[in-house]
Amino acid sequence: MTALFEVDHLQKAFGGLNVTRDVSLALGKGDRVALIGPNGAGKTTFVNLVTGHLRPDSGQVLMGGEDISRFNPMRRVRAGLVRSFQVTRLFAEMTPEEHVALAILQRQGKSGRMAGSFQAMPDVMRETYEILETLNLTALGRVPVSEIAYGQQRLLEIALALALRPKVLLLDEPAAGVPHSDTFLIENALAQLPADLAVLMIDHDMDLVFRFAKRVIVLAAGEIIFDGLPVDATNDVRVREAYLGGYANGSAA
Amino acid sequence: MSAGVSVTAMPAQNRGWQRDLIGIAVILIAAMAGYFLFPDNLALLTRMIAIMLLVLSLDLVTGYCGVATLGHAALFGSGAYAAGIAAAHFGITEPITMIAIGAVGGALAGLISGIVILRGHGLAQLVLSIAIIHLFHEAANKASQYTGGSDGLSGISPDPILGVFEFDLWGRTAYVFGIVLLLLVFILLRILVRSPFGMLCRGIRQDPIRVSAMGASVKLTLIKMYVISGLVAGVGGAFNAVSTQVVGLDSLSFTNSAEALVMLVLGGVGSLYGALIGTIAFVWIEDLVSAANPFHWLTIVGALLIAVVLFAPKGLYGTAATLVERYRRGGK
Repeated sequence: MTALFEVDHLQKAFGGLNVTRDVSLALGKGDRVALIGPNGAGKTTFVNLVTGHLRPDSGQVLMGGEDISRFNPMRRVRAGLVRSFQVTRLFAEMTPEEHVALAILQRQGKSGRMAGSFQAMPDVMRETYEILETLNLTALGRVPVSEIAYGQQRLLEIALALALRPKVLLLDEPAAGVPHSDTFLIENALAQLPADLAVLMIDHDMDLVFRFAKRVIVLAAGEIIFDGLPVDATNDVRVREAYLGGYANGSAA
Repeated sequence: MSAGVSVTAMPAQNRGWQRDLIGIAVILIAAMAGYFLFPDNLALLTRMIAIMLLVLSLDLVTGYCGVATLGHAALFGSGAYAAGIAAAHFGITEPITMIAIGAVGGALAGLISGIVILRGHGLAQLVLSIAIIHLFHEAANKASQYTGGSDGLSGISPDPILGVFEFDLWGRTAYVFGIVLLLLVFILLRILVRSPFGMLCRGIRQDPIRVSAMGASVKLTLIKMYVISGLVAGVGGAFNAVSTQVVGLDSLSFTNSAEALVMLVLGGVGSLYGALIGTIAFVWIEDLVSAANPFHWLTIVGALLIAVVLFAPKGLYGTAATLVERYRRGGK
């Protein structure tokens, strides 16, 4: 059986520094996987390799069996591989409504239309507000993004990803920068992601990871040192070494 | 994703077109006021219209897409020369055809400069745009067989418009023709900037990386916009050729490009109204000040510009719009 998304023996070195060493992993439909690892483990490099912002030295990235290693970032998105950003990248002067509508129009191949307005397209408007409703953003639909709170901007980031209807979603620290009291908003949003979507979440917020992921992959010094159930990860000796260092054998987390 | 969302949650459509109708009415009233208040100055007003088209065109790439350029007159001048050469050398003197030829010439120049300028970012982009305008200028200078070189291209005598309205000595026909062209372009551009494509361009200005993460091609979108911008500038250039019956090398000059940018900044970047108001303000002040003090008028224009940039960084229109918005919100 071919996996929905597969990374095959990916290698990347910057000069003499091997940042990604022989990384292989696979995701199937509906998977909820977290990729964790201490600072400097090579998580960001891995995301950049997968999304096409960096070229690997060797190895492949496959979507549904098709090799997309030579695709540029734009074509990977069109193939169904969508990412969210660790620091929100939104259009400050535009409203959430415009953001989501633009993503829908882009997905439908209508973003090049030079006449008409999305507000006059009932199907686009309906879907836009369905997505905003799912993320509790309806009330902010017409407020410029520069005027809404950061936590809600993070939600809009997820809304944009949803509007593109990806097959595989890479979430790069979805809760980064959000006050702890608001993380539940992000968690609720994640819980509502479509069931058949494969999600790879990169994060180091352990609470979030353990509640969200059914499977955990641990990256340390560019290498996968663990791939399995969250429960087992906490008991794995190598993970404890890499992640918790000297605290591994201290009090329970 | 939840399926059953109540449609009542969906707000109604914005009534932006009502504002556009007001805008169009204001332009028409201003045009009529100009016609009746300054009957002896129609030539200046007509030149203003041609420059407005150039500044509108610049606004498309700079204001809406965030491309910095000091070479936009290349598109304007190409339109002017295309129409002028068609008339002077090939006997195509039907004015509407000349405008169309100018539009095509401008679009081609837009395609070429877009491909070159968009290879760079920031400062490199600016330098490439300066290189482009100098290359176009030099090419027109060298091809004097067709362009008349530094003497300018003369011998352009357009036919009556639609075979009825002859170009008169006072420039009345040219003025009305210009207003019609300007309104037509303005309406089409209002539709364009509000369309999905216009929204995509605004997105590119604010965060190109986000746009490519949506799966859209930033480069291709910008080049398309450059071609459209070339169409508009080309219409402006061709109209200048039709109304003045000459094309000079200055239409392809760096100064012309830089002044267009100054007018845009003065009026307000990223708004079509800003482009129009900036042009009127600049050309009018220039005319007024240069008559009052022929020696120091550039100094005065410079000082005014510094004042606007420091105290009204959004330009005349942008600042006024912000004030009105603030007043409205405060009033509620």
